[in-house]
Amino acid sequence: MAKQIYFEEVEVGADLPPLIKHPTTQQLVKWAGASDDYYQIHYDKDFAMANNLPGVIVHGWLTFSFLGQLVTDWMGFEGELKKLGCSYRGMNFPNQDTICKGKVTKKYDKDGQHFVELELKAENPKGEVLVPGNATVVLPTKKK
Amino acid sequence: MAQESSITEEMRKAIGVESAPVVFDVEKGAVKKFAQAIEDPNPLFQDETVAKKSKYGGIIAPPTFPSMLRNPAVVDRIFNFDTPLKGLLNGGNELEFFKPIKVGDVITVTAKINDVKERTGGMGKMIFFFNEVTYKNQKGEVVCIGRQTLIRHEVKEKK
Repeated sequence: MAKQIYFEEVEVGADLPPLIKHPTTQQLVKWAGASDDYYQIHYDKDFAMANNLPGVIVHGWLTFSFLGQLVTDWMGFEGELKKLGCSYRGMNFPNQDTICKGKVTKKYDKDGQHFVELELKAENPKGEVLVPGNATVVLPTKKK
Repeated sequence: MAQESSITEEMRKAIGVESAPVVFDVEKGAVKKFAQAIEDPNPLFQDETVAKKSKYGGIIAPPTFPSMLRNPAVVDRIFNFDTPLKGLLNGGNELEFFKPIKVGDVITVTAKINDVKERTGGMGKMIFFFNEVTYKNQKGEVVCIGRQTLIRHEVKEKK
């Protein structure tokens, strides 16, 4: 865990440290079990191909979870995640990197809390954005 | 040229109908397994000693944990709608958090279809279902609201 980040240290336009994940077919099976999602397009190649897919694909929720990890890693123990969203634009395939990136788009005070908005994306190794997303977090302040 | 709607009467009637609740005990092992499936080593999700010293006072679930707090009624309904659009894909998710989900919580999950829209795109005809899922804890507090877009789409026959 990196050290705690504070609201004052955050600048609009700044990038989050990227998170590189490498989902394997084994991880997809682990995810299927842990999340109770047994849709066969995620582990049965024949089934996936019969559904017009080129092969098994990574669960949308797993790529979404990678974006969650990117944000919770960045905001530290004292940060609070208020909102996390994404849309699934392209298929994410296993056995290659999923590169998760984030950027600060806005910071503001509201109701005595310090909000930061982030733009997120999960890319494949070709740099194609498969899953764009967004998050809203509340960060601690250094002021007493 | 007027085109026939792919949205059926059965689909329209399902809008706004709340599913029967499904109740989950949030178990430590399940949370740990979930974090391990993401391969997310954050100690707040797995390490009792560290999590106890945090402001949460114990292990909390990763943000996407509601994924496994499944109320299958709505998804099953969408999967089983009688339509020539045989494919089913997840278009997007949004989670709004009000309280952390902690180990030991008892979460009640209800779901409904908020809206149905149709569109033609790269996969041919598509029907979008906009769903809302509400997660309440044992005190009746809403801990999270989930919004999901599910898509029924055309599957072309293999030549």
